[in-house]
Amino acid sequence: MTAVRTSLRPKSLTGILMCLPLFILIIGLIIYPFFYSIHLSMLNKRETAFVGLENLRFLLDYETFRLVVRNSVTFTFTAVFLKAVFGFILALAINALPTPGQRVWRGISLIAWVMPLSLSTLGWWWIFEPTHSALNWLLVQMGISPKPWLSDPFWARFATILVNVWFGTPFFMIMFLAALKSIPSMFYEAAAIDGANAIQRLRYVTLPMLKNIIAITMLFSTITTFANFDIVRVLTRGGPRDTTHLFGTYSFQLGIQGGDVPLGAAVSLFMFPILAVSAFFILRGVRRSIQ
Amino acid sequence: MNWVRSRRTRHRLSLASIYVIIGLFAIFFLFPICYMAVTSFKTNQEIESLKGVPFLIQRGATLDHYRELFQKTDFLVYFKNTTQVAVLATIISMLISILAAYGLSRLAFVGSGAIATGIFLTYLVPESLLFIPLFKIVGSLGLLNKKWALLLVFPTAIVPFCTWILIGYFAAIPRQLEEAALVDGATYLQMLIRVFLPVALPGLVAATLFAFTLSWASFLYPMALIYTSEQQVLTAGVVSTLIRGDVYHWGGLMAGALLACLPPVIFYVFLMDYYISGLTAGATKG
Repeated sequence: MTAVRTSLRPKSLTGILMCLPLFILIIGLIIYPFFYSIHLSMLNKRETAFVGLENLRFLLDYETFRLVVRNSVTFTFTAVFLKAVFGFILALAINALPTPGQRVWRGISLIAWVMPLSLSTLGWWWIFEPTHSALNWLLVQMGISPKPWLSDPFWARFATILVNVWFGTPFFMIMFLAALKSIPSMFYEAAAIDGANAIQRLRYVTLPMLKNIIAITMLFSTITTFANFDIVRVLTRGGPRDTTHLFGTYSFQLGIQGGDVPLGAAVSLFMFPILAVSAFFILRGVRRSIQ
Repeated sequence: MNWVRSRRTRHRLSLASIYVIIGLFAIFFLFPICYMAVTSFKTNQEIESLKGVPFLIQRGATLDHYRELFQKTDFLVYFKNTTQVAVLATIISMLISILAAYGLSRLAFVGSGAIATGIFLTYLVPESLLFIPLFKIVGSLGLLNKKWALLLVFPTAIVPFCTWILIGYFAAIPRQLEEAALVDGATYLQMLIRVFLPVALPGLVAATLFAFTLSWASFLYPMALIYTSEQQVLTAGVVSTLIRGDVYHWGGLMAGALLACLPPVIFYVFLMDYYISGLTAGATKG
């Protein structure tokens, strides 16, 4: 009863009215599509009959789909790990510079992250071109045999991860740098008085203070990396022989290009568990950092 | 004395190694961009040739690839479409986000805290989970292959994020400011426009930048929803129509990709600090 009365106060009513466009958007274009996707995934290819979990069962037994799952997991965990390591090293390095230089280097590093990913991946596509381009030319100059970058499964996977690390490291650096700046300098002074060397200060001051932001950033990145579409679509289109597909690109290939909307929806829904787990821990981490 | 000197050299040494690390990263980050630019100014003969250093223009620079881009391709059509869609999607998304963030941060009603958490969760829902049902929904509305359909789907990626960071900026505004305005008899809408928006301007700039950059860069939705040139936007247009089979097309492709990147990069260069503060606020504040 009090709840009803509170929500009828003019202040609350205005608040609800102001949120109305947002509610319509979220319900109509995020929540409804999500459940609609579950419904779609239970139809046959022509969307004329209800087949229940048939599509999911088909996918679980389908060798190509298993390949997609394995590759998505390898891609995500390798890329997120490398981005975190490189981002951390870069943040420490920039933080150690004199202040005026920090701004410049931070700005330069972030350009990779600001460019539309599908377009910068085109640049990488050209770099990986085997006969006329830069990468194999460099290898030959160094006396290493040229590599079939995008036509060999191993090197194609390597290439997609490399582009993701190139694109994502600046984001990690920015998050870590902001967190480094928020560590009170007296912690380092106290550690120095106790005679801690640089490694010990890193181990006992920096890392514990950054633990939460490292976890949140890695979880965030797990979601966006896992759900990535642009890199694989532009660089390899999932090839050679479907070895570099991620959930997004495979679902696009089946659902939009292949015209099997239900199967495409089923593929994309398989992302949900890992997304939900990441989201749960992000929420916990963010709540903890506010307190 | 000896001790001081050795400490100073050690400091200089470690600073030098730090510059080496940062320099290597800078080369890694900038190399693709520079190489794209170099390629876009090379003649086809030089790109085709197997002699010479690929990073240098050794046989004369040319603007042919850019000229061809404007005269022989639909690049300008894509550019116009992207500009229209990105600007309108930004305006729509910002209107929705500002109203909602104000309502949620100040005019508390039942469940507004839980709703804020819910918004944070929807901002974690990726495009690649939604594009198939949205493709069907857009189709059933008869909007497939119409660029305006993008105005319907872009806000799904933008609004939750912008609302979330604006809640953080609005919540930091001191209560006394609005109480003073209330005493003067201002309505809630007047208060939003006269008090909140000016004070939270850095947050507004950051959110607007994100909305614009995300709309400009969106690739999956146009790939799924648009299939003819006159409705297509830059990302999907450059990727799907400038890639042609057997002829050497690299110069034109790089010219198109670089020009298409330019607007978000220019905005970023001038408004970098807002961008970075918004980025860090998005993940931690709220």
